[in-house]
Amino acid sequence: MTDFSYVRTEMLEERPAPTSQTGIVKWLRENLFSSVPNAILSIVALWAIYFTLSHLLPWVFQSSWTATSLKECRASIAAAHGEGTTGACWAVIRERYLQLIYGFYPADSYWRPNLAFIMMLVALAPVLFNSIPKKMMLFTALYPFIAFWLLWGGSIWLPLSVIAGFVLGYVALNVVSKASSELVGMIACAVVPILWFLFFAGPVADIMQGIIPISLESVESAKFGGFMLSILIGITGIAFSLPIGIVLALGRQSDLMIVKVICVGFIEFIRGVPLITLLFVASTLLNYFMPPGTNFDIILRVIIMVTLFASAYMAEVIRGGLAALPKGQYEGADSLGLDFWQATRLIIMPQALKISIPNIVSTFIGLFKDTTLVSIIGLLDPIGLSTNIRADQYWNGIIWELYGFIAVIFFVFCFAMSRYSMYLERKLQTGH
Amino acid sequence: MKKSVFLGTLAAASVAAGVAAAGTLDDVKAAGELKCGVSTGLVGFAAADANGKWGGFDVDVCRAVAAAVLGDGSKVKFVPTTGKTRFTALASGEVDMLARNTTWTFSRDVDLKFEFVGVNYYDGQGFMVPKALGVTSAKDLDGATVCIQTGTTTELNLADFFRSNNISYEPVPVETNAETQAQYLAGACDVYTTDASGLAATRATFENPDDHTVLPEIISKEPLGPLVRHGDNQWGDIVRWTLNALITAEELNITSANVAQSSAAAGNNPEVNRLLGTEGDLGAMLGLDKAWASRAIANAGNYGEIFATNIGEGSPIGIARGLNAPWTDGGLIYSPPFR
Repeated sequence: MTDFSYVRTEMLEERPAPTSQTGIVKWLRENLFSSVPNAILSIVALWAIYFTLSHLLPWVFQSSWTATSLKECRASIAAAHGEGTTGACWAVIRERYLQLIYGFYPADSYWRPNLAFIMMLVALAPVLFNSIPKKMMLFTALYPFIAFWLLWGGSIWLPLSVIAGFVLGYVALNVVSKASSELVGMIACAVVPILWFLFFAGPVADIMQGIIPISLESVESAKFGGFMLSILIGITGIAFSLPIGIVLALGRQSDLMIVKVICVGFIEFIRGVPLITLLFVASTLLNYFMPPGTNFDIILRVIIMVTLFASAYMAEVIRGGLAALPKGQYEGADSLGLDFWQATRLIIMPQALKISIPNIVSTFIGLFKDTTLVSIIGLLDPIGLSTNIRADQYWNGIIWELYGFIAVIFFVFCFAMSRYSMYLERKLQTGH
Repeated sequence: MKKSVFLGTLAAASVAAGVAAAGTLDDVKAAGELKCGVSTGLVGFAAADANGKWGGFDVDVCRAVAAAVLGDGSKVKFVPTTGKTRFTALASGEVDMLARNTTWTFSRDVDLKFEFVGVNYYDGQGFMVPKALGVTSAKDLDGATVCIQTGTTTELNLADFFRSNNISYEPVPVETNAETQAQYLAGACDVYTTDASGLAATRATFENPDDHTVLPEIISKEPLGPLVRHGDNQWGDIVRWTLNALITAEELNITSANVAQSSAAAGNNPEVNRLLGTEGDLGAMLGLDKAWASRAIANAGNYGEIFATNIGEGSPIGIARGLNAPWTDGGLIYSPPFR
């Protein structure tokens, strides 16, 4: 036997890992100080963050919430934090936040935009999430009329008679298609509602209002403002630009010459001019073309222009998605014997839209932020209102507080949109 | 040239349309409200308060007209207009009158086919510099960087002034007044130039107003006044004489406090009687009733009172009367006689 001088008879206790390999030290070494250049960059970055925050945070927190004018703000900040301290005058937000949100909307009717906003979320739910029953889509289809009535007020029979026009169109399509050919049905579907809108909708609404008066106090467009206006323009533009964009994208790929020329012409023309030009057309030029005395609502004009603008961009985004689909998908659809609409609806569009999600959401976010351009034509969106608030002799001189508040609210909306698009991408991920 | 022809054509088209339609006075009466174009926000001249109620020097002119025509100074629909939309809004009939600190110039009056009915504020472009710069005259500003709002007459005046005095400057173009203020305070430019009223209002908001000084030179004439469209002289007369009534009221010492009493019965000053309608029938000549001027004055007071509440030395803006004193006090505010 070999002579062992020492044999360990018991197991060693487990020892903790070296401090350089665990916890915060390891994390720091791996992430911030893994090499000399990295260490230098880390230190510079940390210093930059510290420098920014050390200036920003005192300004944000050594602030005044209660003053009634800029002078009072400065006085109270100086009193609370010592002479020469500069702080934010959040009091202006406290006094004006309702105005920044609702514009000049009558205060006793704030529940109307609030309700419209909540109903908007409900209406959006079946579009955004799969788990919601699809019957809810009926509410989504009705929502624009409800929102219109809630926001602008007036007689309920006006939106109802407009809905009646669409119902009539649907009935005409079914009845006439059965009685004669499908083409005649399509024509009837277009003609009947137009005749209804032109000649009957108004009088019928008036008569019904006479019989059963249900109405909300009407609010004129001039009273709309703030984030309510931004959201109104943004959401309407978003909601209508996607379907119009899809139609335009399909039209651009169509073999029918006239359809194709119209779609290409529209897309290229609208994309070729800046949005602000279209807004100027809406706000000033249209006035010259219409007969004097016509009162074509300015917000409606702006919404139409913004929607057209976004549609042209959306068409190109979706065309990108269509172009990215392998040819085999089209051929596969053909080999199954699907016609054009079936193929588009069941095979082409779902895939093309999925590919386009990041770009579609980017366009939405861009559109939402572009709504601030309406301040240039004199509409009082948050930016326009900030000019107005600054013109108050008590708040003149305030700049960063207002812009900061507006920026935070915009960030919340845009960030939510961007998060949703990431959720949607994950959900639709099929992998290859 | 092309641009002015284009604008001219547009304006002419709208004038033709205006003639075809009924008179503005009838439109206003039928609508029951006066559509008045104001600024989207200019301190002292037009701003909405937390409840959305408009106030300011220009706003009170609108209200006075509404009071004269409709009998109620609150029956005004204020249409906020920007520097870019104001003229089309007026020409196209979106507003009945514009009271938006607009400078009366030849081309606006003649080429754009508008009618300036008078001057409610005599302004002029001035300069503000930090005291630390040690400058006492605008002629010392050789080589200075100047913050200037683009697309305004101030930009052109500035170029003219520096060229005619043969000195150089470096413009820092900015878009809005708020931005100008921030740039100037951050030291991005040595000189802040805009209308003198704007300078005074801005300086009053600084944390240390005493560190800044307004130079004595005024380099331009900026007579600001309300305007209406060409082609409806009756309406032009109503706006013009409402403004004149406010000015005359100050001269005759009729205030919002005593106007009710003075209009109750004829007094011993014939001009007061004619103005307030207790004697003669000036109102009927305008197509209004006898008490039109007395209502206009009762609304927010005479010219002097409107000035004092909104921009005068008692207000936070604190502008001295200066050129805008009545002619009897050596200023330029002067109204033709009511007879």
